[in-house]
Amino acid sequence: MTSDHNAHHPKVGFWRQYVFNTDHKMIGLWYGITALFFLFFGFCLVMLMRWQLAYPGVALPVIGKWFGESRMPDGVMLPELYNQLGAMHGTIMVFMGIVPLAVGAYGNVLIPLMIGAPDMAFPKINLASYWAYFIGGVIMLASFFVPGGAAAAGWTSYAPLAVISTMGQTMWIIGMVFLITSSLLGAVNFLTTIIQMRAPGLTFMKLPFFVWAQFITAFLLLLAFPPLEAAAVMQLMDRVAHTSFFMPSGLMVSGQPLQISGGGSVLLWQHLFWFLAHPEVYVLILPAMGIVSEIIANNSRKPLWGYKAMVFSLIFLGFMSFIVWAHHMYITGMGTGISSFFQATTMIISIPSVIILTALFLSLWGGSIRFNTPMLFALAFLPMFGIGGLTGLPLGLSTPDIHLHDTYYVIGHFHYIVAPGTIFALFAGIYYWYPKLTGRKMNEFLGHLHFWPTLVCMNFLFMPMLIQGLAGVSRRLYDGGMEYSHAQGVMHLNGVMSYAAWIMALFQIPFIINILLSLKGGEKVNDNPWGSTTLEWATATPPPHGNFAFDPKVYRGPYEYSVPGASVDYTPQYQEKVI
Amino acid sequence: MSSVHVLPYTVSPRQDTGLFNAKLGIWLFLGSEVMLFGGLFSAYILLRMGAPNWPMGSTILSIPIGTFNTIVLITSSVTMVMAWVSLKLQELKKFRMYLGLTILLALTFLMVKAFEYGAKFSIHYHEYFPALFNLAVHRLAGGIAAMALVPKCILGFFFLWAVWSLAQVAFKDFSRFVRTAILLISVIAFIGIILTLFELGNRHSHHNFPPSYSTYMAIYFTLTGLHGLHVLGGIIVNGYFWGPGRRMWLDQPERFTNRIEVAGLYWHFVDLVWIFLFPVLYLL
Repeated sequence: MTSDHNAHHPKVGFWRQYVFNTDHKMIGLWYGITALFFLFFGFCLVMLMRWQLAYPGVALPVIGKWFGESRMPDGVMLPELYNQLGAMHGTIMVFMGIVPLAVGAYGNVLIPLMIGAPDMAFPKINLASYWAYFIGGVIMLASFFVPGGAAAAGWTSYAPLAVISTMGQTMWIIGMVFLITSSLLGAVNFLTTIIQMRAPGLTFMKLPFFVWAQFITAFLLLLAFPPLEAAAVMQLMDRVAHTSFFMPSGLMVSGQPLQISGGGSVLLWQHLFWFLAHPEVYVLILPAMGIVSEIIANNSRKPLWGYKAMVFSLIFLGFMSFIVWAHHMYITGMGTGISSFFQATTMIISIPSVIILTALFLSLWGGSIRFNTPMLFALAFLPMFGIGGLTGLPLGLSTPDIHLHDTYYVIGHFHYIVAPGTIFALFAGIYYWYPKLTGRKMNEFLGHLHFWPTLVCMNFLFMPMLIQGLAGVSRRLYDGGMEYSHAQGVMHLNGVMSYAAWIMALFQIPFIINILLSLKGGEKVNDNPWGSTTLEWATATPPPHGNFAFDPKVYRGPYEYSVPGASVDYTPQYQEKVI
Repeated sequence: MSSVHVLPYTVSPRQDTGLFNAKLGIWLFLGSEVMLFGGLFSAYILLRMGAPNWPMGSTILSIPIGTFNTIVLITSSVTMVMAWVSLKLQELKKFRMYLGLTILLALTFLMVKAFEYGAKFSIHYHEYFPALFNLAVHRLAGGIAAMALVPKCILGFFFLWAVWSLAQVAFKDFSRFVRTAILLISVIAFIGIILTLFELGNRHSHHNFPPSYSTYMAIYFTLTGLHGLHVLGGIIVNGYFWGPGRRMWLDQPERFTNRIEVAGLYWHFVDLVWIFLFPVLYLL
């Protein structure tokens, strides 16, 4: 079969092989590499911000001079640059880092393998989706160099500030349209692939939980992104054609009335933005839950506890995520009726998340756990996501939210979910599936050297934000709140957080070294090194073009670990009889 | 599975879903399109509810022209279905004629739309030309008003010529029904062009209604502009299938028929959006 296979694929040139290859694994890898670059870039932006927050008005040593007089005169950061960094950190991390990594990279590489398909349903659209993402990324990066710099109105681009700001905002909108296009193409592809191309015998309730998570995520991307696209088009019209979709009548800028027709609504932008951005939160977390579920089931050598409950929670969560968006807008002065509705839905949506988290904790019960690096990251995900989720409850109720909304508490809450939550899951996945793509394991010592300091630093970075937030420190201040008398008791924490961020950056170096060195020097392993049950481990390593040299068939559920009476502690989905 | 990997269900439907891949894909895509236009329509509702006054569409836009364009798009949906049916009946020639008509009707729609857009700006053509050139053209055409009509007349005659030559080809081989249909469509198109010119004569250069004029104009231009881009996308895709894309008919006829079906689903959606746009912007 294999020789036959090669015979039908004549040698192709470099560009076809690597850059315009429509194979889902190659596209996924490109997604992964690009997204990791953007994650690192976004992290660099925030490290600059952390200097300004820890030492307001002090010149940044050595590299401060590189930014030029218009951004950092004599190495001291200007407020305009701080605003750009803040807006672009959010945009880059969410839309160009985590979503492309969690969905574009993991989904592309793993979904066809896990469902026993030769490729994605639409390989060319898949490639187009990557390039749309790439172009969007380039536009976003280029926006730093246009007059006035990058977008500086926050990652939420609230009107009317965003409408009257500099050219970088137009670049932001155009970049976002490309990123949205990329997500839409990807979502159509994922959904069609999962619905149409499952191997014989692989019914929906036998899908690995990861595939379920990607399935619901794709629905969220498909249906939540277009309203933001509509809003982006309207904001573009406001900026370019001087319409007034988001511009109210009588608006004054610098003491001058604006020459516009007026009659627009600033709240309209917020509604459309959060109609996307709340489902987006679940786009960030669901793939992470999927990854963690695979790794926990595998490394505790036990079936997932409550697989069906988890799947139904996922579906319910996806549905509910469309009717909670206004809990981001309690302080816009909404009426008590509307506010009650959104408080109720917000409390309800926390239930399925808790079910999934509880099921994952219970999956550990009585398992014989292997504490390898992927499992460490997956285990750390559980309490970290727990903290992130629980700190969100006060924000879901309008009364405490009015106090907390504009403080660092929100930043702390959100980052607990996304940084030691989602990003830990993404790290775990890289350590876990690396052997499938390369045939070698990553180094365990370097893995531990990556995991433990990162875990500690994450908490030193984000826990103080919760404390500062409760003390009432505003999250939008260029100097970190120095001028606030009520904030003086917690100001010293700015230094702690900044050092934690910089030290954490240092301990990403073992990870980068590990990825690169293990390509050649990692321990060689067989096709199924973790003793796993799902289909991606059934094929050769690395999987060839077309994925499977045989017709994959599925006979059982995805998590048949430690089946009573079996001679080995795992019974793969593709194995007909228990041995 | 054969060693050269072939994607399953590109042509025949999967048994448990009853769909081939592209058909499911386009339905999902149309779902996202519903959300896109839904976002814009809800913006329209919200802004209109909050506005102290709102112009009647008919005071700014011409209902006859909008009606005409509605008829054009609905007709194009019919010809699109006929194109697909022709393929099902193994008649490539008829397919090309019907798809060609669909494209022409779409072009008619855009052309009329362009006239409508143009009429919202009091364009002074002399601003765009150097003075000397302007003077020469000025004399030749007998004034700016006439000048404004020139490019439109050229486009109109070009269109009539296109329909006429297509009908010439078609008259040879096809039944009376088809010939009557072509004649009817040509007459509709001709009436449309007359109407458009009339509209121009009435409104040209009296008022200036750019998108920044009012929230109504902003919504009008954004919604119809976005819809126009969708029409343009349909023209490009259908043009590909009418031209180079039809090669697929020779070796994979069934797959090609599926492609036309999928393109048709998209086209009907574009039509449907206009069915909503027309009353919302012109009549209410």
